[in-house]
Amino acid sequence: MESVVFIFSLIDCCALIFLSVYFIITLSDLECDYINARSCCSKLNKWVVPELIGHTVVTVLMFVSLHWFIFLLNLPVASWNIYRFVMVPSGNMGVFDPTEIHNRGQLKSHMKEAMIKLGFHLLCFFMYLYSMILALIND
Amino acid sequence: MSAPAGIPPRPAAAPGGARAPAARPRAPPCRNGPVQSQVHFPSGYSLNPENYSAPSTHYPQVPHEAIPSQLDNQYIADYHSACYSVPAQSVMTHSIGPGMLNTQQLYGGAPHPVESSGGLLQEAVSSASHLHTSVPQSYSAMSSHYISSTSSSVASQGFPLSSGHYAMPSVSSAVYPHLSYPAMSIGSPYRQVLTSQSLPAVGQFKETNAFPGQSTIVPRTLQQQVTLGYNSTSWSTSDFQSAQENLSRNHTGSVAKASNQINTVGIVDSSHPVNQNVQFTKPGVETSVSSVVTSSVRTPAADHLIEPASVPSSTQPPESLLQEAIDSSSTTSSASPVTNNYDALEGGGYPDSATSSPAPPPQISRNTKPFGYGYPTLQPGYQNATLPTSAMQPSNPGHQSGFQQYPQQYPGVNQLSSSLGGLSLQHSQQPESLRPVNLIQERNILPVSPVLAPVPNLNSDLRKLNCNPDSFRCTLTNIPQTQALLNKAKLPLGLLLHPFRDLTQLPVITSSTIVRCRSCRTYINPFVSFIDQRRWKCNLCYRVNDVPEEFMYNPLTRSYGEPHKRPEVQNSTVEFIASSDYMLRPPQPAVYLFVLDVSHNAVEAGYLTIVCQSLLENLDKLPGDSRTRIGFVTFDSTVQFYNLQEGLSQPQMLIVSDIDDIFLPTPDSLLVNLHESKELIKDLLNALPNMFTNTRETHSALGPALQAAFKLMSPTGGRISVFQSQLPSLGAGLLHSREDPNQRSSTKVVQHLGPATDFYKKLALDCSGQQTAVDLFLLSSQYSDLASLACMSKYSAGCIYYYPSFHHSHNPTQAEKLQKDLKRYFTRKIGFEAVMRIRCTKGLSIHTFHGNFFVRSTDLLSLANVNPDAGFAVQMSIEESLTDTSLVCFQTALLYTSSKGERRIRVHTLCLPVVTSLADVYAGADVQAAVCLLANMAVDRSVSSSLSDARDALVNAVVDSLSAYISSASNLQQSTLIAPNSLKLFPLYVLALLKQKAFRTGTSTRLDDRVYAMCQIKSQPLGHLMKMIHPNLYRIDRLTDEGAIHVNDRVVPQPPLQKLSAEKLTREGAFLMDCGSIFYIWIGKNCDNSFIKDVLGYPNYASVPQKLTQLPELDTLSSERARSFISWLRDSRPLSPVLQVIKDESPAKTDFFHHLIEDRTEAAFSYYEFLVHIQQQICK
Repeated sequence: MESVVFIFSLIDCCALIFLSVYFIITLSDLECDYINARSCCSKLNKWVVPELIGHTVVTVLMFVSLHWFIFLLNLPVASWNIYRFVMVPSGNMGVFDPTEIHNRGQLKSHMKEAMIKLGFHLLCFFMYLYSMILALIND
Repeated sequence: MSAPAGIPPRPAAAPGGARAPAARPRAPPCRNGPVQSQVHFPSGYSLNPENYSAPSTHYPQVPHEAIPSQLDNQYIADYHSACYSVPAQSVMTHSIGPGMLNTQQLYGGAPHPVESSGGLLQEAVSSASHLHTSVPQSYSAMSSHYISSTSSSVASQGFPLSSGHYAMPSVSSAVYPHLSYPAMSIGSPYRQVLTSQSLPAVGQFKETNAFPGQSTIVPRTLQQQVTLGYNSTSWSTSDFQSAQENLSRNHTGSVAKASNQINTVGIVDSSHPVNQNVQFTKPGVETSVSSVVTSSVRTPAADHLIEPASVPSSTQPPESLLQEAIDSSSTTSSASPVTNNYDALEGGGYPDSATSSPAPPPQISRNTKPFGYGYPTLQPGYQNATLPTSAMQPSNPGHQSGFQQYPQQYPGVNQLSSSLGGLSLQHSQQPESLRPVNLIQERNILPVSPVLAPVPNLNSDLRKLNCNPDSFRCTLTNIPQTQALLNKAKLPLGLLLHPFRDLTQLPVITSSTIVRCRSCRTYINPFVSFIDQRRWKCNLCYRVNDVPEEFMYNPLTRSYGEPHKRPEVQNSTVEFIASSDYMLRPPQPAVYLFVLDVSHNAVEAGYLTIVCQSLLENLDKLPGDSRTRIGFVTFDSTVQFYNLQEGLSQPQMLIVSDIDDIFLPTPDSLLVNLHESKELIKDLLNALPNMFTNTRETHSALGPALQAAFKLMSPTGGRISVFQSQLPSLGAGLLHSREDPNQRSSTKVVQHLGPATDFYKKLALDCSGQQTAVDLFLLSSQYSDLASLACMSKYSAGCIYYYPSFHHSHNPTQAEKLQKDLKRYFTRKIGFEAVMRIRCTKGLSIHTFHGNFFVRSTDLLSLANVNPDAGFAVQMSIEESLTDTSLVCFQTALLYTSSKGERRIRVHTLCLPVVTSLADVYAGADVQAAVCLLANMAVDRSVSSSLSDARDALVNAVVDSLSAYISSASNLQQSTLIAPNSLKLFPLYVLALLKQKAFRTGTSTRLDDRVYAMCQIKSQPLGHLMKMIHPNLYRIDRLTDEGAIHVNDRVVPQPPLQKLSAEKLTREGAFLMDCGSIFYIWIGKNCDNSFIKDVLGYPNYASVPQKLTQLPELDTLSSERARSFISWLRDSRPLSPVLQVIKDESPAKTDFFHHLIEDRTEAAFSYYEFLVHIQQQICK
């Protein structure tokens, strides 16, 4: 059972890593002027909810399967995701708003955030991998 | 477009049969559907085969696409169209005859076929490519790009209904600049049918609305209309030519210094025989090519054009003659990499790297300090360069001794640049601007004359060359060397721009090569240094560039070998006439669309009369050329379109009541050529105010009307002017009242400063992508949620006007204001499809932009329209320390299409010294610019965070900067509130900001008023904004000639500025307050009777009416003085302000007293209290 949990987490984590990389690539495209703000934001906004769900599912799974440490590790990032999503002003077109992304260093902060998430997911990936192997051996 | 949508015709009018077929002399091929059209095409056009096959690419598409989809779509009950005009049948038939003749003539003898078919963008572009043999590749590749990109964009637009429906707008996009479809004979059977059914009343459409039985037939009429429209096309050969000529102008630079009328200047011969060769592009080929070109870059114009992919019959038989040639040309042209977006056109960062080949390694020599310190004397070469008068002299033999002189003139870069930079630090001690001022003790802090912008501490030559502070201003005229120093100073660093200002003198440069830095794309400017006669060093990125051969020749002096005397190097504000490299498509014509609210509310307010009247008066003054197009859309709970096609006897109204899925009833006769349909437009404007007088419709479907307007405009771009009088209540984009009147004077939280929906923002971005700007005129008596509505203008680079509690008779001040605003609005200059880029010296970076535009990429502002009243602001930070330079430069380049269809670039360059000491930073602070920038930042803060945060931030800005100053100047007492002379007005201005409608709390402020004030702060240029923040107060009851100035033989008295406090007001006096957009004249109770008699023209105070908005022209000295003073103030700004005379006991008095910002109000500090508050904060 435990191994199933971690296999699932691992897969999910992989997806999140890819997503983070995609975010970074798209944002840096915008930075370098390869795409315009509008298309960049619509691309990214599409993936905000999947990312949020993907991460929340793992967090909840860890809570249900009583892996406290991993749960607590995931909790701040998951809650940040939800907070960010909920706090979008009603007039904005999503977490990434094309009219504001070039203002007040938002692009940089988005970039930083994506980098941090990438690091975090990589860390999680190895933890899940380790835990999964451990669980498989124990089985 | 002959068939009026009018009353639905008989059911027998089936699509195929009803189209009066081959009897027409010209038998336009599209008439009978796609198949026949293809057959007919050759015959129709073969008269002039080399001319006329170009359009054929499109024609078959139209019916082919349009008809089936129209059949599919069940627009049955939705489509009520009516003909409100009651034309007699005889009139109709009359109009038909000439129309036919006319078109025949056109077909027979049209000399410039390309011009007439210029609307077909592909052809126009490709023909252009042919014309400019120098750049053929880029052109045809561009056209290919156009075609390919549309298919995706159309799909992404997501109109699920039908491609055919959508094909209408896209087809009309094909008729880009200059097609017109005068009424043709085909319509005649319909028209008879229609008119026989039509009822003879203006309001008749209402009745037709009520006939459900008829409405079922309507869709068919619609189809016919669509197809007929294309049948009856007469290719009017008008002056797309001019655009072509612009394209092809390859003169060596001819420069003219002209005053005021820029448009007329610099255009040298305009009669090139350009259009001899017509080149046709085959869509199929183009699409295959285009994949190469448009890899991932989405261009703004991408959504414009025709979609060949969706059209099965895109290759036309008649083309076969020409195809081979086309194929070869288009394929070869596609091979070269092409800069295919506006960014690259205007010159985004590194265009080479963006496409394929890496840029050659720039020869940046940062190691060598560009500016030394040890050479105090000016080099002779440079001295020469800064003598504009001598440069303007026509060929002086002594001056142009040519090549040999250069070695002496330019001995070396170091010495030269030393002369540039070294001087700036020589006299860093500036006793005046650094003189400490004790704010609390100094009672009269305000100078008696208006505050001027500080002059940067440069040497006199550079100072002379520097940009006018009205166009370009920096908050710190001494740029700190490092970010650390800037942080220490606690002052905001940013620029305030007014790039498109009306200028009286502007050098316009026509040159085939515009000299720019190869790596950063900076335009050559007065602050570059010439290393020798062949190379110049960019002052922004320090790359060494070659001087092109053409630049060696000076057209002004007609001398060779004096690049430093070229006008580009002599003026910091210049305008270039851009070559075709700077176009993605042929320059668009001026297109104006008016979207008018005709709901009950709006009719009651009576604005329509003013708008129509004003437009009638200014119809001839609308900026534009012979291609200018105009259209009207009105809306209440339905959307009404007006068919103004030339040849109709009266305008026709077409009503679309399906607001959930808005569509255009006819694609091409809604926007008509202003000159061809002028009579109809005048008829409409005369009729419009009375057409809706009895309406009971209270709903407003603004969103659908805007969507329709967008569809109408998207082929060309242009300007949409929206007049709205209430909260939109129907359809997409409907809004709900969010204001709680009880919260108006709350001191705590002000909510709803941001938009409620993203509908308007998305619409604005769509518009911006199609080069369309939306200007909003909000004339409402109730809350209309300006915060949401404003988005449509904010992000599409429009402008916003707001007239609270507007009523044509009850509120004459607002009515007059609307009148004056409209006059200015209609007649002022306009620039279309503009982009602006702001560059600054390496090390500085711009991180935040303020104004109405869309920031498309990191430093590129996309402005669908630019108007001379728009101001912008940017914030900067210092990323790398500026240790190896002593001067920094900023350059704004605004690339736009003038209303005459010319592509122009206006370039401003500002040069500022770099300083290393904190004292110098303070010495160079520009308090007005800083306050305006802070106001912009505070608006952002109040929307993103909260109003109280923004207010705190404003106070903190003063506290921080003053405490930083006090602690830096150690010799000062810490306990007193000291400011440097340059910042002595800082607390006063910030207090004024806190009492602005935008930021005030505690005083009852309607949410819309507040939001409007915020919008103004964001989009007004500095001069106007300063008057809004801190009005000028003058006493005018005893004007004298002391210190008067003479302007145009008039003596203008110069009364001293009074501080904004009631203590300066006396009951015996009369005062004028200049708030920028409004003048208040306040008359005290015991005002001198002679003043009232001589100036106001009333016997005594009691007889002065409450609402007086004009000064009579009396033949007395004091009246003359007062009037000349006021008109002098008026002349100093583009927008003529409204005058309001306020008596001491009139209710309008509160407006006046709100502006006395130095006084205490129940909710806010007085100036003295504010100072004490700041002092406490500092001492904490």
